[in-house]
Amino acid sequence: MSPATAVENTARVLCSVHDLVDYSGVVVLHDGRQIALFYLPHGRDRHSAPEVFGIDNHDPFSNANVIGRGIIGDKGGELVVASPLYKQHFRLDDGVCLEDNDIRLATYDVRLEGECVVIA
Amino acid sequence: MQDLTIHAETIHQEKKQLIIIGNGMVGHHCVEQLIERGATQHYQIHVFGDERHRAYDRVHLSEYFSGKDADALALGEANLHDTHGVSLHLGVRISGIDRDRREILTSEGRLPYDSLIIATGSYPFVPPIPGPEVSEHPQARLVYRTLDDLDAIREHASTARRGVVIGGGLLGLEAANALKSLGLEAHVVEFAPRLMPVQLDDQGGAALRERIEALGVGVHTGCATEEIIATSDNDYAYRMHFKGGEHLDTDLVLFSAGIRPQDQLARDCGLEIGERGGIVIDETCRTSDPEIFAIGECALWNGQIFGLVAPGYTMARTVASCLTDVCVPFSGADMSTKLKLLGVDVGSIGDAFGTTEGAKSYRWIDEAGSGYRRLVVSGDGTKALGAVLVGDNSYYDTLLQYVQNGIDLPKDPAVLILPQSEGGAPTLGADALPDTAMVCSCHNVTKGAICQAVDEGCADIAALKIETKASTGCGGCAALLKQVFEHELESRGIEVDKSLCEHFHYTRQELYAMVRVEGIHSFDELLEKHGHGLGCDICKPTIGSILATCWNQPIMDPQNVALQDTNDTFMANMQKNGTYSVMPRVAGGEITPDKLVALGQVAKKYDLYTKITGGQRIDLFGAELHELPDIWEELIKAGFETGHAYGKSLRTVKSCVGNTWCRYGVQDSVAMALELEHRYKGLRTPHKVKMGVSGCTRECAEAQGKDIGVIATEAGWNLYVCGNGGMRPRHAELFATDIDSDTLIRYVDRFLMFYVRTADKLQRTSVWRESLEGGLDFLKEVIIDDSLGLGDELERQMHHVVETYECEWANALKDPEKLKRFRTFVNDKCGDPDIVNVTERDQPRPARANEIDSLAVEIR
Repeated sequence: MSPATAVENTARVLCSVHDLVDYSGVVVLHDGRQIALFYLPHGRDRHSAPEVFGIDNHDPFSNANVIGRGIIGDKGGELVVASPLYKQHFRLDDGVCLEDNDIRLATYDVRLEGECVVIA
Repeated sequence: MQDLTIHAETIHQEKKQLIIIGNGMVGHHCVEQLIERGATQHYQIHVFGDERHRAYDRVHLSEYFSGKDADALALGEANLHDTHGVSLHLGVRISGIDRDRREILTSEGRLPYDSLIIATGSYPFVPPIPGPEVSEHPQARLVYRTLDDLDAIREHASTARRGVVIGGGLLGLEAANALKSLGLEAHVVEFAPRLMPVQLDDQGGAALRERIEALGVGVHTGCATEEIIATSDNDYAYRMHFKGGEHLDTDLVLFSAGIRPQDQLARDCGLEIGERGGIVIDETCRTSDPEIFAIGECALWNGQIFGLVAPGYTMARTVASCLTDVCVPFSGADMSTKLKLLGVDVGSIGDAFGTTEGAKSYRWIDEAGSGYRRLVVSGDGTKALGAVLVGDNSYYDTLLQYVQNGIDLPKDPAVLILPQSEGGAPTLGADALPDTAMVCSCHNVTKGAICQAVDEGCADIAALKIETKASTGCGGCAALLKQVFEHELESRGIEVDKSLCEHFHYTRQELYAMVRVEGIHSFDELLEKHGHGLGCDICKPTIGSILATCWNQPIMDPQNVALQDTNDTFMANMQKNGTYSVMPRVAGGEITPDKLVALGQVAKKYDLYTKITGGQRIDLFGAELHELPDIWEELIKAGFETGHAYGKSLRTVKSCVGNTWCRYGVQDSVAMALELEHRYKGLRTPHKVKMGVSGCTRECAEAQGKDIGVIATEAGWNLYVCGNGGMRPRHAELFATDIDSDTLIRYVDRFLMFYVRTADKLQRTSVWRESLEGGLDFLKEVIIDDSLGLGDELERQMHHVVETYECEWANALKDPEKLKRFRTFVNDKCGDPDIVNVTERDQPRPARANEIDSLAVEIR
């Protein structure tokens, strides 16, 4: 985790990029919060720089911590993750639920720095 | 049934007694209609049939010689009567009706009735032609009406080379087909100058004759048989002499020269009978005794006997309505018919002969191909009155609609019968049909009823069929139904979009073909070539499943992993709290004590809730993601493999113990279940697939509620398909009878692969079956007769899947990269702190919200 030292002051390391799964999710525990990390190795258009998204792992509809195990994709041009239990869709960019706009998951400012996934 | 008299006294006194004499097609339909209308609440129903078989399909009788047995021809469900408390007395002849005491007399006693329905049908008319004694020469006087008649024909045909049918009508030609199926040289002798004189005109009869002769059947019209004599100095057993001096030699003679109403019981008890037979009925189907009804071929309405099944069904509905609700009167019936005789299309509609005053005809004659079509129109040329078709019935539906609904003819009516350069027979736009137009005559469904069902939310053909029953009888109206349905959707501004999702503008079936034909091996490749965007939770699992079926790559391979639903991704079933259940394969429900102990030990060690499932397996609940690999390590060591409970794939093959232990078993059902389960395990399908194997007809494995049901017979296996339990139960349908194990496997191979190829996403076999145009017959043609020439290909594809099977859990455990995913947190080894269990009935279960709150209070 040597590259991490450079950013230790401004951001904190969540995991290695090798822990991520292409076009899918994993979960990290950070300060008692469960954050689902979704990884697009070639960006949202499949042809640009890699992107990683951090979103609350807690599914408000099932009250279970399962969002990180949902399928990601796009719906009407928006990047979304589908809850694996009752299949509601949440926008990766802002956590808003497409089926019920009043419900919104917390999102986290996560990014790749070298081999590391860090949170702001 | 043993003691009718006593039984009669002990029946529920508050219910009225309703007796139906006759268990043919019409009698049976009447029972079904009564049950459907709730008549069993008010009536104790007794049905008497003098044949030993339960009601069967007489229309398709000749199929008895081409593979169908009595069971396959049987109508309705075998347990119909038991289920609804209707007493069925088979092989019991009624000897009389005592109208004064309102009782029927049987060989086993008397039985009182409040209402009586006579549905005794008809008997074959055998003209009094001089010939040898019947007792010594039964093969010179055979008839064709019942299964017993067919058994007799079969018996005599075994030593015969040539058979002659007297009678060239509809039934006579069916009988000739039966003789042909038995391998005999068949001849038809008709008194009239043409075949099917009741339905066809001269040219139609001539075209039919040419076609039938081309099939190798001898046709002799205008022939009156004067005598049949037994010969001993001849190659054949009998010689038939015709008026005019000609003769024909044969080994057997089958009479099919018309029917006579079976009205003897009615005559004997003094009911009014027509001059030439038939029990006189009014528009409520009541006879001259208001408590006695008569329906079907024994009944005479308005001087007419109806020798077709559809009018009989209409009468059955009339009686059922009279007895349960407001009487829907019988007002005659359309005698239009559409048939396939010896493989030749024949149709006759309305005034086929143009007998209406002033009627004119359009005729199209194809002498080269023996085709004929005639359209009869009104004198002013605006309405169609009737039609005759020989050789191509694709014109039938449209012509029938014109005739039945009085639709205005096009300016040049001839276009309706002229050959079309492309696109087949002209069809009448669904919008031209009035709401009263009959779409499905088997179940009396009008266009209006279909529109209503669409308004009430039927969004596809399958739903429409379930709601209205349309096209679930003979299936002849399937094309018309689809047309009406699509037109109705269109007119409501609903576009019929079959796209899988926004990323692929193709159906699942089309994508399956692309993957296979273009050899596409990954989602990315398919998306690149035929899709847009990134994909979603609809298309990813669907295409993941297609790729798995086609190439059988492990679902955990990197290019497949992001496609799977969480259950497939982690090869376990996610439960409501985010934990998983683990279900190893217990093929056929057979498990050794050692394995049973091993399962118990694993469950104890990981504190898992255990439950026996409906599929004869043991499910272990409450495992966290990071525990799954350890649990599977131990299970595999104990000899288990993955059970695919998480996949859209074969789940279990349920079985009974079979003849190994059971005193009733006739085959080894467990061995068959194991063979099936091990053969098809791991096959990815559009939806889950369940199977069952029963060792005898007692059906303890409930195979008829499964996608594939196998029931042992003395001679082999009966195969049932497309059943379902669950939310929408559907009885599986008999697909093949008395087949051996190899044939069974071949059919199931083909069936499953055809399902995989043609079903929509997440479509169970039962729904798929409902949506197949052509229904079960079509499916049989494809699977059994290989009508599409797909058989070898489907089998090859299945062999590939079978040969490349690998336990997905064993595969994943070998690969550290794949195991990396089985971490609740990638940066911490702990479990999910929010998962809280409580103990109930000595086992763990997830705590409920209120329990979690109180636990939290305690901790504080």
